[in-house]
Amino acid sequence: MRTTTPQEDFIRGIWKENPVLVQLLGLCPTLAVTGTVDNALTMGIATFFVLLGSSLLVSMFKSVIPKEVRISAYILVIATFVTIADLVLHAVVPEIHKSLGPFVPLIVVNCIILGRQEAFASKNTVARATLDAVGTGFGFIIAMMIMGSVREILGNGSWLGHPLLGAHFQPWVIMVLPPGGFFTLGFVLLGIAWWKGRSAVAVRPRRWPHGVTTEVGGPAS
Amino acid sequence: MSEQKLPMAEDNGSAAPPRQVEASSVRLVSTLTVAGALAGMAIVMVFQWAKPRIDAYKAKVLAEAVTQVLGGATRYQTVYLVGDHFTTERVDTAGLDSVYVGYDANGQPRGVAMEAAEAGFQDVIDLLFGYDPSKDDVIGMTVLTSNETPGLGAKITYDSTFIGEFDGVGTPLKGVKKDRAKGQHDEVVMITGATISSRAVIKIINDRLDAIKKPVDAYWSTLATAATTSNAATSGESVTNPSAGGGL
Repeated sequence: MRTTTPQEDFIRGIWKENPVLVQLLGLCPTLAVTGTVDNALTMGIATFFVLLGSSLLVSMFKSVIPKEVRISAYILVIATFVTIADLVLHAVVPEIHKSLGPFVPLIVVNCIILGRQEAFASKNTVARATLDAVGTGFGFIIAMMIMGSVREILGNGSWLGHPLLGAHFQPWVIMVLPPGGFFTLGFVLLGIAWWKGRSAVAVRPRRWPHGVTTEVGGPAS
Repeated sequence: MSEQKLPMAEDNGSAAPPRQVEASSVRLVSTLTVAGALAGMAIVMVFQWAKPRIDAYKAKVLAEAVTQVLGGATRYQTVYLVGDHFTTERVDTAGLDSVYVGYDANGQPRGVAMEAAEAGFQDVIDLLFGYDPSKDDVIGMTVLTSNETPGLGAKITYDSTFIGEFDGVGTPLKGVKKDRAKGQHDEVVMITGATISSRAVIKIINDRLDAIKKPVDAYWSTLATAATTSNAATSGESVTNPSAGGGL
């Protein structure tokens, strides 16, 4: 039964159901490794890879996996991809791998990934599961980049290692420390809540004087 | 998902058989076994690809660190502590303490580099330092892994003034605050705002030297004798390279 278009499958994870900014899942890496943009980006890409690989396999073999052992099978698939991602990062970008510390292996227990397998990949076609995984993965990368950019620019005066704010800028060290993660996430979520509230108000019918009813943004009568 | 219809929500009472029969235990076990075997194979394949690269990187980092803490060393040799003396024999090196003896371009022993780790301010600080037994001096220090406070304690890894303090300083090291420094040979001026981390670095080096100085000095004297005799034997000719060294 198909009720959504491919575009919706894709866009949903990026904006409407963004795993971090809307569903508030996967907050552990979001708070822990977004001190710099390259850490955040690497973590985002690793998670993207694991999510895409797991969704592909789970949707491919959904009819073969008995429902009694499906969670074990998902975890097995996810853990395999995480181990592969960990080894590849260690071999290719050892410096970043070192600074990500235990958070790459911890992708195994990231609820974004298991959640997508249980809620979507195990019930849909390979194509739809892939679109969904790509969308959700991009949504995660975007959230990580927002967090990483804010924290690195304010906490270190640079973006992706390039000095941005000049020598006179005094870095806000707290932004690269754990409290900075909470501050940034709080303000980002506040901004999103404000934006959503604003768009919700915008479609509420307003009563004008003289009994004229209209919608803000619609054609004025 | 809201878009998914609950299966068999309207099937109650009808003759339709349940869509999914309970799978037998054999099927459950065999599914997981096959999946586990495939996963294992995939991981082994990636591991075989990654292992040499990871090892090469580790060797490169170590070589750079050894060169840095033993200024002038061009090659080094790992020696292992067996009982209370050092040996180059590699019988079963697992779990043995080891240090790196650095040699300069002429094959002369330059100093001994050793790794040491202890608690810092937030987490364990792992560092490598160079020691010159002939002068009883520490001749260099570099932090390998640390997790100190960014902007404060983390300065121990990149503050060149602080790192420079370890280039030729008498042992045991004595940490002093900037305004209390008297310019003595064993003084290390600590970083303002990173006193705990600086003090930890000094303590790590002192503790390690305390524990290992005797065998290192003993091994060094055998090296020094060997170097003199080989020099006398070759008399002016190019000096032979030390045996089985890790190339830099």
